[in-house]
Amino acid sequence: MSEITSGVQAQMQFGIFTVSDITQDPTTGHTPSEAERIRATVEIAKHAEEVGLDVFALGEHHNPPFWSSSPTTTLAYIAAQTERLIVSTATTLITTNDPVKIAEDYAMLQHLSGGRMDLMLGRGNTGPVYPWFGKDIRQGLPLSIENYALLHQLWREDVVDWEGKFRTPLQGFTATPRPLDGVAPFVWHGSIRTPEIAEQAAYYGDGFFANNIFWPAEHYQRLIGLYRQRWEHYGHGAPETAIVGLGGQAFMAKNSQDAVAQFRPYFDNAPVYGHGPSLEDFSEMTPLTVGSPQQVIDRYAGMREIFGDYQRQLFLMDHAGLPLKTVLEQLDFLGGEVVPVLRREFATNRPSNVPDAPTHAGLVKATYGDGPSRQATPRANRGDNLSGPSPYADAPAPAGAAFGAAATGGAR
Amino acid sequence: MSARRIAVVSAGLSNPSSTRMLADRLAAATVTALRQAQGPDSQPIEATVDTIELRDLAHDITNNLLTGFAPPALESAINTVVSADALIVVTPIFSTSYSGLFKSFIDVLDPDALTGKPVLIGANAGTARHSLAIDYAIRPLFAYLHADAMSTGVFAASSDWGSSADQVAPLSARVEKGARELAEAIARREPAGAADPFDPDSYLGQGRSFGHLLGGLAGE
Repeated sequence: MSEITSGVQAQMQFGIFTVSDITQDPTTGHTPSEAERIRATVEIAKHAEEVGLDVFALGEHHNPPFWSSSPTTTLAYIAAQTERLIVSTATTLITTNDPVKIAEDYAMLQHLSGGRMDLMLGRGNTGPVYPWFGKDIRQGLPLSIENYALLHQLWREDVVDWEGKFRTPLQGFTATPRPLDGVAPFVWHGSIRTPEIAEQAAYYGDGFFANNIFWPAEHYQRLIGLYRQRWEHYGHGAPETAIVGLGGQAFMAKNSQDAVAQFRPYFDNAPVYGHGPSLEDFSEMTPLTVGSPQQVIDRYAGMREIFGDYQRQLFLMDHAGLPLKTVLEQLDFLGGEVVPVLRREFATNRPSNVPDAPTHAGLVKATYGDGPSRQATPRANRGDNLSGPSPYADAPAPAGAAFGAAATGGAR
Repeated sequence: MSARRIAVVSAGLSNPSSTRMLADRLAAATVTALRQAQGPDSQPIEATVDTIELRDLAHDITNNLLTGFAPPALESAINTVVSADALIVVTPIFSTSYSGLFKSFIDVLDPDALTGKPVLIGANAGTARHSLAIDYAIRPLFAYLHADAMSTGVFAASSDWGSSADQVAPLSARVEKGARELAEAIARREPAGAADPFDPDSYLGQGRSFGHLLGGLAGE
């Protein structure tokens, strides 16, 4: 394995995710510029590591008032300024991005971050993005399925011949660089409502992430239940061995009345749910918790009762115009008071067959055991991949998933 | 004896509401007509009626439009509607069409949720001059949803409830005609099964696997 760090080895990873919205602060009327908000987000990511969080995940959007059009640029910059933090996405648009470019961009990020990355795939919910990128929103699901099938292959096979419905065919194509240590980046499939995406995650033995923010927990419980059941169906192991991530949302102050008073104007004017349900109703119906750190601990410690033991918990902490100073204070609460207790709570009575959270080191270990990992080394350039032996001088990585039955020698 | 369930959606805003009065009459007449009909098993059909007053759900419906999810009371109402064997919908005519609340409720349903479902349309307004709204405004909505709307729609003007009512085709006769059509449509069908969207057979097709979604990519 490479010399550099490759993410925190933990049963559970805790972190934050951001949609990259640029929203007016309703209490001051100040709207940050793109430059201000981009710098603030980098500060937030670095502070996440400082307070002991494990993951920073960034959304992808292609329209104002969002700024994150090019996540790998931002994430590589953040990875370069941190040491342990895993950078990820929430989400990477598998529908409108070319899977070849995703394979290249994220393999680059994987190398530059020393394996401290993974990614979450999603379809995207902004209608015009589809036509802007030459796609049809009615094909959202078939695009997700075909594009991921290609992405999956590009990271696992050195030379790919491929033909599908949505993209120009490939003959003798090699996605470069080859994944770090010959191990494809870990992939989460994110979905709000689509059972086919839970099915897809289960089929490949990948992770499944439920946004869990805007809708009642009972809804996501059914999606995750389905994913776990299908994980077993496709031979990756018992339902509790599937890899589950959850979103969440909290706002804290020392005492809960202050938290409610401070957060209410942001809630009332927030994108998505602003001017809709009351803060109280929304807190009851969804995992949003506004109150003392202890209230957040109690609420999120209960998530395993609803969803089973899981691997990753991300919190939305920086949206709706919250100023940087407030967000950094919130991270202090989260990293200082909430997450240490949650780590202990989640470790208690965690069944031994529940996998640890995915890391590059874990994937390398699952693939190679204690043996040396692949270090892909090209042959001298001969200008084509179509004839002769592999374009690489070394042996390719062993095939198969790093989790479930494939990782432990079972056939798929 | 076969059992069926009818969902009634009433979009009246006042209480008491003449929209609700019409809805109740249509429901009662349909239950009566079903007792006289025969199901596929040649038995009389006993129907229960669940009535949903949209006024009680108005805030939830707006919140659903804004947040994308139905609060518990609305979710329960939606489940009642989409799982019913048949639907009776009654809306007041506002500005030549269904009420905004009525349309908002339809808008939070899954677009496929009413496909093939028998629907009896009712509407009410101050005068009979609005009666065609059923055919130019409400019926196309249910055509778009691929629901099976009965050819008779029942319109009640304020005068239908009093002495200046239509004496040749009184409201009670129109109610019975619509109810009979709906009862026949229910009797022709098997009882509605509850489809679980999270059942792999629902989204993949019976006995299929993810390979079928991959199509030629997986050779299935």
